[in-house]
Amino acid sequence: MDLLTVRGLSVRFGGLLAIESLSLEVREGEVLSLIGPNGAGKTTAFNAISGYLRPSGGEVLFKDSNIVGRSTNDIAALGLVRTFQKTSVFPSRSALENILIGLHLRSKQSALAILLGLPSVARDERMLLAEAERILSFINLQNKKDELAGALPYGEQRLLEVAIALAAKPKLLLLDEPVSGMNPSETASFMAKLAEIRALGITILLVEHDMKMVMGVSDRVVCLSQGRIIASGTPADIQRNPDVIRAYLGERHKRAEGARPRA
Amino acid sequence: MKSLVTVLGVAALASVPLWADAYLLHVLVVTGIFMVAAISLNLLLGYAGQLSLGHVAFFGIGAYASALVSLGFDISFFTLKPKPVWMAMLAGIAAAGLCGWFIGRLSFKVRGAYFVIVSISFAEVVRLVAVNWVELTQGPMALNNIPPLTLGSLTLWKKPENYWLVLAVAVVSFILVKRLVGSKAGRAMIALRENEPLAASVGVDVTRTLVLATIVSAAMAGAAGALYAHYVRIVDPDVFLFIYTVTMVIMVVTGGKGTLAGPVVGGLIFGLLPEGLRALAIKPETQWIVYGVLMVLVVYFLPAGIVPALKRRVRWIS
Repeated sequence: MDLLTVRGLSVRFGGLLAIESLSLEVREGEVLSLIGPNGAGKTTAFNAISGYLRPSGGEVLFKDSNIVGRSTNDIAALGLVRTFQKTSVFPSRSALENILIGLHLRSKQSALAILLGLPSVARDERMLLAEAERILSFINLQNKKDELAGALPYGEQRLLEVAIALAAKPKLLLLDEPVSGMNPSETASFMAKLAEIRALGITILLVEHDMKMVMGVSDRVVCLSQGRIIASGTPADIQRNPDVIRAYLGERHKRAEGARPRA
Repeated sequence: MKSLVTVLGVAALASVPLWADAYLLHVLVVTGIFMVAAISLNLLLGYAGQLSLGHVAFFGIGAYASALVSLGFDISFFTLKPKPVWMAMLAGIAAAGLCGWFIGRLSFKVRGAYFVIVSISFAEVVRLVAVNWVELTQGPMALNNIPPLTLGSLTLWKKPENYWLVLAVAVVSFILVKRLVGSKAGRAMIALRENEPLAASVGVDVTRTLVLATIVSAAMAGAAGALYAHYVRIVDPDVFLFIYTVTMVIMVVTGGKGTLAGPVVGGLIFGLLPEGLRALAIKPETQWIVYGVLMVLVVYFLPAGIVPALKRRVRWIS
């Protein structure tokens, strides 16, 4: 079953067509990767799908309802949650508080109950706190819970970012270059974590430049170039696809490959 | 431990009328009223991160609405008979809260510098209405003979009772902000201040959160205004002067914005300072120079405010 269906999505910035009639579907339970050279429109597609950017045309169906034009917080409430390409946490708050903010949708406190100081609020807070600690342990940051998010090392900030998104209880998680800037061992442990996230029944749409990661975790890969899909298929298909190779390496790659002087 | 300190602190404050003279009590009442306004501004400025430079508008609207309902008024299309003061004060709080809702809705569209401009303009417009709608507000002639609050058989003519009333309102305001901050709503405000796109991505409704912050903040400032009207018992358009907003901002920023105790500490220091300097009998010009220099020193050496600096010092020692 398709969890997300994108049909004819176009995004135009003035005269520039950043995405031209993009269509793809994400099946429930899979990991789909979106790859492509810089400027191909991957992040733009993410922004259009998650409501940060209004597309100029096309529709985005999440759980069979069109979410184009809906606010980002509504989309999050439906179960579509994203992370950002640039590291994005709440820097002056502790790691634990970052997760508590992520749990926003799971809390059932009304403004009136909060102001009146009803016991239901205190109960809810205890529940949230326990849940936040559980999520921090899941992502292996339980030792850092009282540290300010902005003071964590880069790799841990990126993990925290994913944990914040997980707190919002996504059905579909959009990860925008989650391992950029991580070293190979951090990337490897992130890949393992991704498998655990997947085991929770969360579908993942991934934008990533790290090909080792893409090939390692994806069920399917879609390759974008200049706002259009140029190839899609299994990781193995994509690796062999001449259009993909051309998009990444340019026309002259053949000369580079075949330039060995013949004897 | 912390709550014990708070209880002892409040008890100490409550005992002040037992030994203080009328002059000191008066200074403390006015300081307390401004402290309530500062606590309300802190919610908006410190936690939600919205600089409202028209905060005095909510204060003044609370003062005017409460005074008018308690005095009654007669304008061409509407007549209101005088109402009891407690009802008038609630009306003042409600009127300010309603204006807060309106400004909160606007802040969805205008943020940052634009919000600052909108809030200043709003305060100025309200001031001009107060000056020019003579039929309702008496304009520069001011509303006078405003009755003090009556609770049962007790009418608050004297300073000690007014002091306790202001103290009670300040404690309630403090508790309300504390509850908000320790809840989902307060975390959402902080999240917006820190990283709005990320907050929205986990489902924080930007408009709703800001509207809640402005309503609560404005209603609280309105309560401060209502206290002011029935204590001073005269309200003129000068309650909308920009300098009062500046005073509130100084209290919040020097005390430590985004901390619960910040506006209390800042409010005490910068509320009592002008009077304290006057008591030293130095020339009026010199008083304000000292005030200004002190403020610059605080901002320069403790940019995060007095309370965060003290906290850091305490943590450092222990």
